[in-house]
Amino acid sequence: MSDLTHSTAAELAAKIHAGEVSSVEVTRAHLDRIGAIDETVHAFLHVDTDGALAAAQRVDDDVAAGRPVASPLAGVPLALKDVFATEGIPTTCGSKILENWIPPYDSTVARKLRDAGVVVLGKTNMDEFAMGSSTENSAYGVTRNPWDLDRIPGGSGGGSSASLAAFQAPLAIGTDTGGSIRQPASVTGTVGVKPTYGGVSRYGLVAFSSSLDQGGPCARTVLDAALLHEVIGGHDPLDSTSIDAPVPPVVAAAREGAAGDLRGLRVGVVREFTGEWYQDGVIAAFDQAVEALRGLGAEVVEVSCPHFDYALPAYYLIAPSECSSNLARFDAMRYGLRVGDENGNSAEQVMALTREAGFGAEVKRRVMVGTYALSSGYYDAYYGQAQKVRTLISRDFERAFGDVDVLVSPTTPTTAFRIGERVDDPVAMYRADLCTIPANLAGTPAMSVPAGLSDDDGLPVGLQVMAPALQEQRMYKVAAAYEAARDKAWGGPLINRVPELEVAAR
Amino acid sequence: MTASTADVLDYDEVLARFDPVLGLEVHVELSTNTKMFCGCPTAFGAEPNTQVCPVCLGLPGALPVVNGAAVESAIRIGLALGCDIAEWCRFARKNYFYPDMPKNFQTSQYDEPIAFDGKLDLELEDGTVVEVGIERAHMEEDTGKSLHVGGATGRIHGAEHSLLDYNRAGVPLIEIVTKPITGTGARAPEVARAYVTALRDLLRALGVSDVRMDQGSLRCDANVSLMPKGTTVFGTRTETKNVNSLRSVERAVRYEMTRQAAVLAGGGEILQETRHFDESTGSTSAGRRKETSEDYRYFPEPDLVPIAPSAEWVEKLRATLPEMPWQRRKRIQADWQLSDLELRDLVNAGAVDLVAATVDAGATPNEARAWWVNYLSQEANTRGVELAELPITPAQVARVAAMVADGKLTNKLAREVVDGVLAGEGEPDAVVAARGLEVVSDDSALYAAVDEALAAQPDVADKIRGGKVQAAGAIVGAVMKATKGQADAKRVRELILERCAG
Amino acid sequence: MPNISREEVAHLARLARLAVTEDELDKFAGQLDVILQSVASVGEVAAQEIPPTSHAVPLRNVFRADEPRPGLSQQQALAGAPAVEEGRFRVPRILGEEA
Ligand SMILES: [Mg+2]
Ligand SMILES: [Zn+2]
Repeated sequence: MSDLTHSTAAELAAKIHAGEVSSVEVTRAHLDRIGAIDETVHAFLHVDTDGALAAAQRVDDDVAAGRPVASPLAGVPLALKDVFATEGIPTTCGSKILENWIPPYDSTVARKLRDAGVVVLGKTNMDEFAMGSSTENSAYGVTRNPWDLDRIPGGSGGGSSASLAAFQAPLAIGTDTGGSIRQPASVTGTVGVKPTYGGVSRYGLVAFSSSLDQGGPCARTVLDAALLHEVIGGHDPLDSTSIDAPVPPVVAAAREGAAGDLRGLRVGVVREFTGEWYQDGVIAAFDQAVEALRGLGAEVVEVSCPHFDYALPAYYLIAPSECSSNLARFDAMRYGLRVGDENGNSAEQVMALTREAGFGAEVKRRVMVGTYALSSGYYDAYYGQAQKVRTLISRDFERAFGDVDVLVSPTTPTTAFRIGERVDDPVAMYRADLCTIPANLAGTPAMSVPAGLSDDDGLPVGLQVMAPALQEQRMYKVAAAYEAARDKAWGGPLINRVPELEVAAR
Repeated sequence: MTASTADVLDYDEVLARFDPVLGLEVHVELSTNTKMFCGCPTAFGAEPNTQVCPVCLGLPGALPVVNGAAVESAIRIGLALGCDIAEWCRFARKNYFYPDMPKNFQTSQYDEPIAFDGKLDLELEDGTVVEVGIERAHMEEDTGKSLHVGGATGRIHGAEHSLLDYNRAGVPLIEIVTKPITGTGARAPEVARAYVTALRDLLRALGVSDVRMDQGSLRCDANVSLMPKGTTVFGTRTETKNVNSLRSVERAVRYEMTRQAAVLAGGGEILQETRHFDESTGSTSAGRRKETSEDYRYFPEPDLVPIAPSAEWVEKLRATLPEMPWQRRKRIQADWQLSDLELRDLVNAGAVDLVAATVDAGATPNEARAWWVNYLSQEANTRGVELAELPITPAQVARVAAMVADGKLTNKLAREVVDGVLAGEGEPDAVVAARGLEVVSDDSALYAAVDEALAAQPDVADKIRGGKVQAAGAIVGAVMKATKGQADAKRVRELILERCAG
Repeated sequence: MPNISREEVAHLARLARLAVTEDELDKFAGQLDVILQSVASVGEVAAQEIPPTSHAVPLRNVFRADEPRPGLSQQQALAGAPAVEEGRFRVPRILGEEA
């Protein structure tokens, strides 16, 4: 176990900028770790060794020359979800249809990372086109949860969450359409943040569901997530839905929260997020976390958001509808896989054969559900109604935030389930997103912070903290305060309890 | 597929039994600097796939951003057509697969067009004014262009494969849709043509488009249906695409009327379908029947936010509207003192702009009109092109007119100069020099020719001397022949009389 | 409400350009039915007067200046293409709308 791979991003940045350690050393340590254990974990789809070392060298050159570093995270390695276009580096979205596709352009997130001197180690595994809650839907094999290799690391950003829990990277980027940052964070004992919709540019983020997708930071600590949030956030003229406002002061909030004083803060517990689908150990850990918030001086009240029960069905209409349109471009004409271009097959036949061969079962399922929901005759009953549910959910949030500063709930109803357990039961799989979806539908920010381990299986549980739009600093403050209290109670960071992974023979 | 005459009904019989209903959809490519949703240039004729970017190629992850200038053009077009401008509207996705469409959906407007409920007045050749209702004008994007390889004629049918160029993909389009046009009877084809003409003139006056039908920057789809005389329920309509000239609009509508009438008269049914106009045969043919029904699964474009033009913005744009073509015609009639008939001839010849430009270049309105409406219109007709497409400019015409006014050219010589310009021989002055067309104004040369002619016909000379002045015509003719027409006949006559008086 | 038949799945697959197999028709018919049943409850809550939300954030009038931006070179544009000819994307024959 190397010190460097077990450090936080904030610690690494401080050492690199002070010249105590070079970014190249830090980067090599992480590349070595990836080399040693990724055969087991399979968090990465592509490792960009040369690019990472070159980026690290540039930071080291700045430090050596006494030039100001590009950002507070300059020189720190990061794992990037393979759903962001990266110029010259393969981008597959976990799909066969994009195997070997090398984008001719950079996503805004990738560009901001490069500009900030963040060292992108490579691209992480994910459910195909971000559709899934387990990363089992990747065309390139499953990613394993470092806490228990037989279990899923969450999804769709399982590669990013696993890379953090496996100490392959101190920072990662995910995308959250229905919980794909928060649920993986929850089941891997890491921190994951879905910013306000429009807070992080979607330009170059390969779209799953455009009105819900949001990129965001993943890390092992709340402060690290905040530092990354400030690097990737902000207005982008290339994204029409990007908010033209300053990034909320999340780093300051995380530092302030770490002092552990939540007096004067009102916390709402969402009454609807409990019941038959919730694991006992998850509820128990959540209740303890709520107690801890009280202990920090917060006033805790119960809040009802009656329409949250309809969030899941609304989501499973809106997201498939939008994806059926977004994924139409994968048609074998301009890029990506082409199958069946022989025997005089027409373009239409080649499109259908390619999409049949290139998409996995979950993608096809959702494309067909979405095609159905948008069809004339069904639109009003399905898509139209789902859009109205969205309005009701936003109103629930507004009402709740009229009364409390933040809302809390478990991030996901269960701890990490076993690989294969829900593969043939899509509806059971969808329930993993029960608590995370309302924030996507309303566009409001939410995050997951580790809330201890479930007493029934010893696996991580996540505490979800939700805030009003553009009020991210509130949830960072609460999460940082809770994190400090939790570490005190557990006698150290929870993440250090990840079992030692066997290093693959070289 | 070529239609035989048996497939169509005699036009008079069509009108005896049916009333036509028209609906015209015109797509206009805007002449903005950049595309609708990205910063790629829109210039026509660039090397394939050189005016593309991640957005208009539909690359994974790319996102659209609306071109504000295109929205302004859309609003100005709406205002010029007397439309209401939506206080709030959105883009929608129109989902269908086609290789020339990079995202396999077209970003368009569906139930929330930016402009709606307007009208356009148009004037037929005999001066009848027809008001056409405008249903809507909405914004959308163009598709790429495909080249079909291996087929017999470069057409899509029978091609082995196709080649795609996306330079045009994403160019801003405004789609202008009429309300159903009824009650036009026999004049339906003429109304269709006049509508497209009037719309083209309006768009040109607005300066929002090149409106070149030949380059596809103005495209018309003609919906035609028939209802039996005495009924009011519209029949099933067909939509004829590929109508690439004003003349074709007229022909396509007329053909569809006669074809549909033949089908209906024979007890058949009209299929709601897309048909294609064939310039060479003047007929339409059915498109490939689709095995799945059209279902575009429209939904609001989530990547673009709504457009809510403020009243101030709309009024600011209204103030930029230029003089409309019909207002201009009224003004010109007054300024140039034209009779209704003269104005109509001018308009029907499509010569208003050209004459105005010629006047601006120094010619009198009468001179300019004479050239364009009489001489050059005939030439355009002979060549089968639009007047504006003739290879002569208003400045060149004005120059020729000036030379006539100065007495440097006779009318006959002037026509030769114009012919030379049309033949590509250069500027009028160059043609005069090269062809040696200048009037022989040197009196000494003319005296010589006159003396020679008088000497050659002494009996005629005697008659003139004897006071028979009209006999001079024969000598004028001989002099003109001798000078190859380059002499001013009036002057020649003066000289003859002078000689014979002496 | 839904009871998705094999034929309906086949129709959806055609619209979505998916050459599904016979096995998939059965599998998806069952799964789509379960999924659509499980989401049908959206019909229960949202009353007539509730406006639909299409965009989470209430932005309006986001426009770009009509100024050219550098795009891709022809080589970059075509680099990922399955087939290329004469500077263009080569695609299989298009069953056109033209007869
Ligand atoms: Mg259209
Ligand atoms: Zn472009």
